[in-house]
Amino acid sequence: MEQGALLTGLPAAFFYLFAFVAVAAALMVVSSRNPVHSVLYLILTFFNASALFLLTGAEFLAMILLIVYVGAVAVLFLFVVMMLDIDFAELRTGMLQYAPIGALVGLVLLAELVIVLGGSSFGPETVGAIAQPIPDLAIRENTAALGDVLYTEYVFFFQLAGLVLLVAMIGAIVLTLHHRRDVKRQDISRQVARTPETSIEVVEVESGKGI
Amino acid sequence: MEFFTIWVLPALIIIGQSLLLLVALLVFTAFILYADRKIWAAVMLRRGPNVVGPWGLLQSFADMLKFVFKEPIIPAGANKGVFLLAPLVSSVLALAAWAVIPVNEGWAIASINVGILYVFAISSLEVYGVIMAGWASNSKYPFLGALRSAAQMVSYEVSIGFVLVTVLLAVGSLDLSVIVMSQTDGLGTRLGLMNTFLDWHWLPLLPMFVIFFISALAETNRPPFDLVEAEAELVAGHMVEYSSTPYMLFMLGEYIAILLMCALMTILFLGGWLPPVDIAPFTWVPGVIWFTLKLSLLFFMIAMVKTFVPRYRYDQLMRLGWKVFLPISLAMVVITAFVLKLLEGGAA
Amino acid sequence: MEQLLASYLPVLIFIGVALVIGLALMIAPFIIAYKDPDPEKLSAYECGFNAFDDARMKFDVRFYLVAILFIIFDLEVAFLFPWAVSFGAIGWFGFWSMMVFLAVLTIGFVYEWKKGALEWD
Repeated sequence: MEQGALLTGLPAAFFYLFAFVAVAAALMVVSSRNPVHSVLYLILTFFNASALFLLTGAEFLAMILLIVYVGAVAVLFLFVVMMLDIDFAELRTGMLQYAPIGALVGLVLLAELVIVLGGSSFGPETVGAIAQPIPDLAIRENTAALGDVLYTEYVFFFQLAGLVLLVAMIGAIVLTLHHRRDVKRQDISRQVARTPETSIEVVEVESGKGI
Repeated sequence: MEFFTIWVLPALIIIGQSLLLLVALLVFTAFILYADRKIWAAVMLRRGPNVVGPWGLLQSFADMLKFVFKEPIIPAGANKGVFLLAPLVSSVLALAAWAVIPVNEGWAIASINVGILYVFAISSLEVYGVIMAGWASNSKYPFLGALRSAAQMVSYEVSIGFVLVTVLLAVGSLDLSVIVMSQTDGLGTRLGLMNTFLDWHWLPLLPMFVIFFISALAETNRPPFDLVEAEAELVAGHMVEYSSTPYMLFMLGEYIAILLMCALMTILFLGGWLPPVDIAPFTWVPGVIWFTLKLSLLFFMIAMVKTFVPRYRYDQLMRLGWKVFLPISLAMVVITAFVLKLLEGGAA
Repeated sequence: MEQLLASYLPVLIFIGVALVIGLALMIAPFIIAYKDPDPEKLSAYECGFNAFDDARMKFDVRFYLVAILFIIFDLEVAFLFPWAVSFGAIGWFGFWSMMVFLAVLTIGFVYEWKKGALEWD
């Protein structure tokens, strides 16, 4: 596609549809009264974001967004807001006092986006800094093109991702795991390993006496 | 006029195809439901449904009519919107995945590059129907059922993911049709035989097939993993408060999800629409018949499991998922990759 | 690109048709079925008594732990997909790079196992 070319025709119509629903759902996330509804709107936002990824040709990212964010992360969110005892009315009262912090975070994000996107117009040579040209979709499909470079060219970033996951795993266990000692557990390997020799004793019982 | 030929006509054709597939699927599901009950009855030496139509064949249709005329109840304490959304989500999601399933060569509503990822994504979303129903009902049993089911479905999805990866390693494409066609050349042809069922992935990847089969049972809340709706303790789990067609949509979603898993197993391991032996009398039969036969065979196995395996306890279920299937499937990914790499090196 | 998007259009239409069928089935009894609600019928199901408090309650933190561990393994699977697809193109280097990644996560898995995070009581 030509630089700066706009989407036209049906794709453009779908872009505006998905973008509009995404923004509207995102607004509902912060404004709806019930936190569970918020999470459901968040899921709707994810769906539309995934559709937007598709419109840019990033099939793999679109599907991974669904699998990881909607299929896993949002399930955790839903768990947390559904099952915690939250006093919904009390939550509402404090909303405005967080507005300045929210605005600050939003401003920082906006500034970062402007710097990243604006960089290309200040220094046109930064466009060349994109190390890996994206191959034509007709030659190599999206997922394979990603795989071709992720595990070889970008191996350090890839391993870094692995370490981050390791830290997340250990962190989650350290923070949430506490063992209950007062329960009986089943040890299946021990159960299966039991033989008649170790568990049965044949006793000769004399009549009139107990064991 | 041009607008008509470019946009309206293709859209109408796609709508027609979608309707055809959906209606065929729903009718097939009706008979599958009947088959499930009949098989269960036969094992228990009962007769099963035998009144409506010849041998009770029309039982499911009668049930559907009955559901439509039942009074729909929305509990007073329920969260109305989410309560009604839940059955819709669970049935529509189960149906949605069928858009990419190829039932014959070139016979898929949509042939997309990342077909298998799409199916995996949709099946990972199916947990929402259950969670939403459990929460919205505002009743103890549905809530506990939803909680159990969410943790259960999530646990077995990891193994399913690893199984998919091993198949993809052998195929090298995410396109479901390519996965089927790759099974025309496999173990059997390597040994100098003709194209037979020995070429399909079930043989070299047998452990993964078994793991996938069992995980599919857990993922769709089928017995022996139906702790979500364990009637002895939770009445019917997340469906307790539902009646009329909202309840029917849950049942429909459940059975279509099971059929989807059967279809996925057919495509991944049993050669999709390919005939078992590639010679004359078998090749005359259309591929869609083979596909349906394999699907029905797998469903028969799932129905048989329901009849003779007792229900798991929850801790046993979690142990099986995390401590048995996860390590085995992860190890199989590594082994499959290593063997394939060695074979590839030998050929080059 | 056009072709790619065109291949997804049927998916959208299919979901639309499925939604229409689902909605039609859902709405049908609300229109045609006999309705006679009363407080007993609309109360939550319980074992013979009235429900005495909100059904949504606090529960074991273990469920969160399962959800978090699932996210991590799901991401691991997500990394495996492109690897499997371009497996033939990345050679032994790509193979070993994934093995190191899996080894790191296996350390985490062993830790989990030893800590008893996978045990359900």
